[in-house]
Amino acid sequence: MNVDKRPVIFIILATLTILVGTLLTTFIPLFVGTAMPSLEKVIPYKPLEVEGRDIYIREGCNNCHTQTVRPLPFETARYGAPSKLEESAIDRPHLWGSKRTGPDLARVGTRYPAAWHYMHLKDPRSMYRDSNMPAYAWLNDRKLDTAYTEKKMHVLDYPYTAEDVQALTGKTEMDALVAYLVRLGRELKQ
Amino acid sequence: MTPDNQYDYRAVKGFAISSLFWGVVGLLVGILISIQLVFPSFNFTPWLTYGRLRPLHTNAVIYGFTVPAAFALFFYLVQRLGRTHLAFPGLAQATLYLFNVAIVLAALSLFAGMSQSKEYSELEWPLDIGVAILWVMFSINIIGTIMKRKEEQMYVSLWYILATVVGVALVYIGNNISVPVSLFKSYSIYAGANDANVQWWFGHNAVAFVFTTLPLAVFYYILPKATNAPLYSHRLSIIGFWSLVFAYLWTGAHHLIYTPLPDWIQTVAIAFSLFLIAPSWASVINGYGTMNGQWEQMRSNYLVKFIVLGITFYGMQTLQGPSQAVRTFSALIHYTDWVPGHVHMGTLGWVTMTISAGLYYMIPRIYNTEVYSVKLANLHFWLVLIGQLIYSVTMWINGIRQGAMWQALDKDGSLVYANFMQTLAPNYPFWNMRTVGGIIFFAGFMVFVYNIYKTIKTAPVPQRV
Repeated sequence: MNVDKRPVIFIILATLTILVGTLLTTFIPLFVGTAMPSLEKVIPYKPLEVEGRDIYIREGCNNCHTQTVRPLPFETARYGAPSKLEESAIDRPHLWGSKRTGPDLARVGTRYPAAWHYMHLKDPRSMYRDSNMPAYAWLNDRKLDTAYTEKKMHVLDYPYTAEDVQALTGKTEMDALVAYLVRLGRELKQ
Repeated sequence: MTPDNQYDYRAVKGFAISSLFWGVVGLLVGILISIQLVFPSFNFTPWLTYGRLRPLHTNAVIYGFTVPAAFALFFYLVQRLGRTHLAFPGLAQATLYLFNVAIVLAALSLFAGMSQSKEYSELEWPLDIGVAILWVMFSINIIGTIMKRKEEQMYVSLWYILATVVGVALVYIGNNISVPVSLFKSYSIYAGANDANVQWWFGHNAVAFVFTTLPLAVFYYILPKATNAPLYSHRLSIIGFWSLVFAYLWTGAHHLIYTPLPDWIQTVAIAFSLFLIAPSWASVINGYGTMNGQWEQMRSNYLVKFIVLGITFYGMQTLQGPSQAVRTFSALIHYTDWVPGHVHMGTLGWVTMTISAGLYYMIPRIYNTEVYSVKLANLHFWLVLIGQLIYSVTMWINGIRQGAMWQALDKDGSLVYANFMQTLAPNYPFWNMRTVGGIIFFAGFMVFVYNIYKTIKTAPVPQRV
């Protein structure tokens, strides 16, 4: 059969060829739950942390910071225990990243207190002279937009209380981002 | 009347010019973010911070430069190879206008930080719908023109065009399925490791269908045209095509080595990545085989310089890529500057050289003229070659240095460079070299734009019949 004379058959064959690897390595594992751990130990995000995570995404922090610790000796010596499937199980989207212009942040919340993050985000070079991270002082001046917070919690299917939402009043974007960073490394119940 | 008058080149011209325009924008943003990495004071306002501009750079060169270049070249190729008129010229014009509107909106949305965060898939859901509509409009014209072709046999370029049409649609839509919260914000329907797996299935196959099958379609057409020699082996191109489009889809997880993604998915991806050397080199061998007995054209024919250097970088890229997928090497270079070094050999060396050859070949033909200056084309060639080599080689060296410093352990198992800043400060000289390489490449690209501009400008005004 000359598929190079029959474009419709050619397109069907090419599509099927493309679908084999697509289904076997990506979508079938997805539907059979191969990469889906038990959520029993996962602590859901609070509304403030969700908003902080969205600021992390908006500012493209993932372009320079990963959030996954590899099971290699030099890596665990620097960043702590290897990342587990559970720790990012409810993350939509994932933020594992692909480039470490700055250090990995998977456990950054367990290393520094909130106050450190406020200082560092405001002026990274006041703490590390050679740092090339942009300064994010302006996040302090921006009131957190909470118009969609509850809708976000619904879409993401995270449980929350009225007090959680109440806690957002008067918060800045900086407060939200720091709340998110402090959570990193504390995704699971002990 | 020459046969050329039977073809419709309006949209071809529009897309070629759009491609060059957005290419200039994308490269300028690239230079700016390269400077920002060394001088953080260049992060002028929130709209111009590195974190927002890096996606703008990648999106501009992928969707602003490469994709419309393909629209132009593919609309040309389907007409020439099918010996027929574009199926829907009006639709092609509409595609052109909508495309430019979409790119402007895309740029504005990325400036504003509207992002899904997934690499090369940052655009938010309304723009994703726009991209999908554009792709359907484009595909209707491509498939429609192929259906009514007068040349029964589809030349191998048309196979790669059809693979691009199908492949881009599948991976782009598959990765962008999300639940909107507002007009400007959505969340992926996939979570955690599955989201990562889908993302890199997309990410690596954006490479497959935008940076591989797309330039290969151009390569297989331009090489025999430019050299005036028949393709070395048709059989090799058949084997190469089917094994390439089969194997690529298995390899995405080599971006996720040593992550929590189940090991077997990583291992399968590594195995298929190594296998990919074979179909990739089928095209390289076809290129070199076609050059057999013609190598003197590397001196005399500027088109051959672009196309042969292009396929040579493709060959190096497809050896380097699989080697990066191997666990031990990945442990050293993953997350380092090695990776942008690798990516830019592919995009600046292979993709841009091949597209340049395609446009140099096509533009004078659709304007019924000769290229304005062969001298300038040669200057363009040398500048982009030197700029790209400076960029890639610098990043490879720096990537190995970064990886080695991150890995260094004392005898007692503690880190030699425990403070991350000790590993970051030595980047600066390398990053300055990268900026230099980028500026040289940009200068070469501007010579290209000028040469094309003058070619069009000095073309004879067509006589209305």
